[in-house]
Order: sequence, then C-alpha cells, then structure tokens
Amino acid sequence: MTDIAREGHRGRPAAQHADLSQARLRRRYAAERRFKLYGVLAICLAIGVLGILLFSVVSKGYTAFVKTEIGLDVYFDPEEIDPEGTRDPAVLADANYDRVIRDAFERTFPEVSERRERRALSDLVSSGAWLVLRDRVLEDPSVIGTTERVWFRASDDVDMLMKGYIPRDVPETARRVSDAQIAWIDALDEAGQVGTRFNLDFFTAGDSREPELAGIWGAVVGTFLTMVVTLVLSFPLAVATAVYLEEFAPKNRWTDLIEVNINNLAAVPSIVFGLLGLAVFLGWFGLPRSAPLVGGMVLALMNLPIIIIAGRASLKAVPPSIREAALAVGASRLQVVTHHVLPLAMPGILTGTIIGMAHALGETAPLLMIGMVAFIVDIPSGFTDAATVLPVQIFLWADSPERAFVEKTSAAIIVLLGFLVIMNALAVILRRRFERRW
Amino acid sequence: MKQTLAIAALATLAFAASAEARDQIRVVGSSTVYPFTTAAAERFGQSGEFPTPVVESTGTGGGFKLFCAGVGVDHPDLSNASRAIKPSEVEMCAKNGVDEITEIKVGYDGIVLANSKQAEQVEFTVEQIWQGLAKEVPVDGEIVPNPYRNWSDIDPSLPDTKIEVLGPPPTSGTRDAFVELVMEVGCESFPEVEALDEDRMEQVCKTMREDGGFVEAGENDNLIVQKLDANKAAYGIFGFSFLDQNADKLQGSLVSGVEPTYENIADGSYPVSRPLFIYVKNAHAGVIPGIQEFIDEYTSERAMGEDGYLADKGLIALPEEEYEQVREKATSLTPMATASN
Repeated sequence: MTDIAREGHRGRPAAQHADLSQARLRRRYAAERRFKLYGVLAICLAIGVLGILLFSVVSKGYTAFVKTEIGLDVYFDPEEIDPEGTRDPAVLADANYDRVIRDAFERTFPEVSERRERRALSDLVSSGAWLVLRDRVLEDPSVIGTTERVWFRASDDVDMLMKGYIPRDVPETARRVSDAQIAWIDALDEAGQVGTRFNLDFFTAGDSREPELAGIWGAVVGTFLTMVVTLVLSFPLAVATAVYLEEFAPKNRWTDLIEVNINNLAAVPSIVFGLLGLAVFLGWFGLPRSAPLVGGMVLALMNLPIIIIAGRASLKAVPPSIREAALAVGASRLQVVTHHVLPLAMPGILTGTIIGMAHALGETAPLLMIGMVAFIVDIPSGFTDAATVLPVQIFLWADSPERAFVEKTSAAIIVLLGFLVIMNALAVILRRRFERRW
Repeated sequence: MKQTLAIAALATLAFAASAEARDQIRVVGSSTVYPFTTAAAERFGQSGEFPTPVVESTGTGGGFKLFCAGVGVDHPDLSNASRAIKPSEVEMCAKNGVDEITEIKVGYDGIVLANSKQAEQVEFTVEQIWQGLAKEVPVDGEIVPNPYRNWSDIDPSLPDTKIEVLGPPPTSGTRDAFVELVMEVGCESFPEVEALDEDRMEQVCKTMREDGGFVEAGENDNLIVQKLDANKAAYGIFGFSFLDQNADKLQGSLVSGVEPTYENIADGSYPVSRPLFIYVKNAHAGVIPGIQEFIDEYTSERAMGEDGYLADKGLIALPEEEYEQVREKATSLTPMATASN
C-alpha cells in the first residue's frame, strides 16, 4: 500500500493517480485471489484423486479380511485314516482326507449319488481343506473314530458367491457356481453350517494358487528381510559418505565430480540397478537367485544416493558456529563431527533414510531381474532363502485369472499402504521430536 | 565398529550361502504355463516331503536363456514354455553342457477373441479377423493401409461397431501364438498377399494396425477383462483360462463357426489353440532332491487328467492316448531326440 502511494507522489497529479492506483490495486488483489483459488483447486484435485484411489482399493479389498467357512460333521473314519490302527504319524499324514470330506458331504446330502454331482459337491470346500483334517488328526489322534463339526474354508467360487461378487440371477452357464451348488450352499446356510470369520490366514499364510488359501505372510517376511539388508548396507555407507564429503573432503574438481555423479545416480531408473544386480551379484559373486540378500543389496544401491543427499543437506543445516565453538575449546575434527554435528543432523538423516526405505519398499522393477518375482509358497527363514516382497505379491496376484484374487490384490495394497503410512509417520515424529531450529 | 561388524557378517553370510547346495526345485519360463506349474508346485509342496518349488515367470524365451545357461545349482531345473523349444535354443543348451532335456507336453491352451456378454456374440472367420487387425490389407487387388473402421465394413454380416481390439504386446507368448495361428493363416487366403515376395508378405501378414483398431493392453489379462466389461464394443485377445474365470461377464467369439469351449479346444476343432510344455534338465534329476517326484505329481491323473486340478485352472487336458504316452515319457525322463545325438 504505502509503496504505491509513495510512487504516485513522485510525478503526476494526485487525483488522476488515485483512480489508477485503485484499479491496479483491485487487479492485483484479484490476481492474488485467483492464485489462491488455483492452489485450493489443485489441492482439492489431488485429494479427490487420492480419495478415489483409496476408495476403489478399500471397497474392493475389505472383503478379503473375512472368509466364508462351511461346517461339516466329519466322521474320522478309522478305516480310511488308519486302517491298521498303528497311529503312526507317517500313516496319519498320508491318509486320503479328501475321501473323508467327501463322505461327510455325502452324509449331509444323501440324495446326491451321481459321480459328477458328488465332485461338484465336494468342490464347495477349498481344495486345501484336507490339510485342516490332517492337522487335526496329527495334533490329536484320539479323534479317530469320533464325529466332530469341523469348519472348512469354502472354495474361492463359493466365497465369491457369498460375498456377492458372483451374481445369482444370470444363466447357470454364465457363472462358475452351478444351480445345484447354490441350492446346496443355501441348504447349508439355513442349517447354520455356513459362517464368515475373520481371515487370519491371510496374515499368516504364504502365497498359494488357490485364492482362498493365499496369504501375505511370506511376502511380509521377505520384505522385512530385504529391508534389513538394505538398511544395514545403505545407512552406514551413506552416512559415512555424507560426513566425509561435507566435513572433511577438500573442495576440488574430484569432489565436485563425485557430487554430480551422486545427484545423477539418484535419478537413474530402478530397473538399471536390477540389471547391475543381475550382472554383478548373481553373475560374478554367484549369489543365489530370488534371495532377500541380493534384493536388499540392489535396493541399497538404489537407496544410497537418496540418503547421501538427505544426509548432506541436514549436515549443512548445522550452523558453523557449533563447529567453531567445539574447535575453539580444543575438540579434534573427528570429535566435532561425532560429538556435535552428527547428533544434531541425525533427525534429518533418519528422515531421509526412512523416506528412502519407503521408496525401496514399493519397488518391483529391480527385483524382476534378480528372480524375486516368483511363486514362492514357503515362508523364507533366512537371507538366502527364496523370497518375494509385498509389491511383487500384489503384481503376481493382479495377474492371476481367478476372480477371487481381485479382492486379495486390493487387500495386499491396503497392507502395503499401511506399512508406508507407518514409515512416513515415523519420519514425521522423528523430525518433530528431535529437530532443532536455529 | 558395530557397523563394520555387521557388514563383515553379511559378507561372510553371502559367501557361505553361495557355496551351499540347493534343496528347492527352481522353475522359470512362460507366463502362460505359470498358473499350471505353480498349482502343481503347491500340491507337491503340500505333501510335506520336499520344499515347494520356486516358479518364476520370465516368458518362454527368457526361460530358455536361463535354463540353457548351464548345469549346476545356479541354474534352473525346469523351464515352462508356451511353444516347443527352438533348434537354436537346443544348440545353446548343448553348448553349455545341457544336452539331455526331457520335453513334457502338459496340455493345450486356447486363445480367444472375447467381448462383453451385454453385446451380441459374433462369428468371425480367421480372414475377417486378419482384415480387421492387419496394418495393410488388400482392397481391389492393391495392398493399402487398412481402410476398415467398423466390422461391418469388412462383411455386412458383422456388427456395425468400431473395430477396437485389446491384445497382448509383442513380448507376450500369447501374441506370438495369435500371430501364428490367426494372422498368418488369415492372410494366406488372399491371392494379392500370396503374390508378394517373401519378406514383404511376412510384413503384411504379421504387422498389427497402429491406428487405434488394435490396442496393446499390456501383459495383464485381467486389465483387458476389466476394459471389456466397461466398453461393450471392444474385443479382447487372451488365454482361455481368463474367459473361463469370467464367464458371467464375457463371451468368446466363434472362430470359423466353432465356439471356444473346453470341449472344442480339447478335440482340436477350435482353430486357435497351442500346446504347452515343460522342459526338464535331466542332469539335475537326482542332484536336486524331488525333481522326479515333482514330475510324477505334475503328470499324474489327479493333476493333468481331464478332471484334474490343472483342468480346473483352465488347462485343456491331453486326449487319453496322448496322455499315456506323455506320462510314460515323463516318468522315465526320456530325453528329446536332438539333432546332435
């Protein structure tokens, strides 16, 4: 305001000038309002898109956290399970439990006699249902000869039907569940033998080709192992590099060159690091394929420049007066760094590290080259076991033909987003609690 | 200090691991065979005797590259393939010491041209599909850039909707098979194309149009399924198992008067089908535990049979007689007769 007024006094007559300045002022305010409006619009758009994304993921995925179960009165037929009566675990483990389940179905629906129909009937439960019986018998062999209500996971098609993803009103040929199967399910439902339960297996099981059996625990463990390797390798190396470049290195053409290269490395597409991993870690070092160790090494390389840049920025932010004061009372250069500069810069470095790790958590491309995009059922138990990671699991499920994998995919995305939110929240908390401003 | 120790520990671990033997079967190769091999692998692992094999989806060609790289624990034991191994690949294998390979034909796969159930089901001939999708087609004796906009421009009996087909990219085995079984067959019946010299003919036959009539929709077939559901006028090209799983939303178009059903693909009357294979490195049998048993599981009646669990996943089972032969050859690990032997 005052500027405009002062400017006006210098030349032209005041009356004429006042009108002009008012118009100009209005224009400037209008421009400011428009600019703010653009900003608000941009934020609304971003929030809207994020909302759509979250809504589509959550609305598709939340059903995966419950599962449909079918309860059957199972007679643990000694003839079928252990005809010799030895109770030898090897015999018990090898028995034909599918037949036991089929018998249980036949007792529930005695009118079904044709072979094809019986098959359709036993298809109501998951093809992995026999594992439940095997585990039950191995855990307590005394159940043999008794009848017990056992809850089996429903097959993916039945699960989809109960969750309303398979429409009932289309012609029979157009859906994967037959009219007869729907009638059986409804009969069981009326008798209270169909229930929904929290799908704990989704969090404790490994991958599976049967959607109702598939879980993310294998991928979560693989992710954890990979991230540990990434952190252990990238953090100390990056901090050492950042400290040297910032505190000790002379400023000359070599350090300039190194700096430019580090900045460029941060922008290299991640698949290139995967190719490097394939050539160097698998080719030269002969490390095993699909191992979290190699995955972690590749992601560590990718992460290094990010942490170095964040580390240097937060080292730079420590005021020179701290260093000078420490030097003045006789501290050595190393003491200045380890006692004063590094602790003060640490919150910033940690924030950068966590954001880098969150970035690495979402990577699939570099892992493709080193064989971590694979079907792996067994839960990895070490750094060299075959393993996969969460984003890869999402990718693999999204590519599967079975309809029931759609909800699994979305559920896995929810879990991955959960991890990312936790990591980012951690970064924010660290910054809030320990950051110092000068 | 702690950090130095950690790095040292990690490095030791790395080198200790690389020397260690492998007790897990490793499979690489085609993404089309992947759903079937993984299903068999899982069943095999459930028995509890051996660890579940690790199956990677690398594509057929990528699979052979890894498979043929050598003998030893660093190299995969089996390779999935959506086509037979090429002589050049056999040669590459032999050069690296992989000379005994067992070929196992696991079944058939149909490639379908499907659209939304809410649109009408259409009958195409192979020639019409080619005319709809090729970059250049013969019109009045001349090879010209594809002028057809609507299907009805090709033949009035076809629907009056825009030509819009979603299909796999060139890196996909499904695309290779589609080009071989539909495009190449479709173009042959045009005398104008026959008259061209060999290179030009191949170019005319195999090149897909790029003006929006054919859209490369990525390797993800589920994406194509979702897009077809949203766009009633569009068609999609993908494997039979995706049609089978989405039968409430999609219908397969008839090709040369035959509908893509399990039965029609199995008896060979549906023209667009191809055999699927797995290849076994014989030198690894007995070295990596469980290979023989895994092959037994894969080729067993309960897996590969007509009512087997692989058929549930959309694999078209072999006819009875052929199955017996395949099973026999597989369980005895009879190596392929190669030119070099």
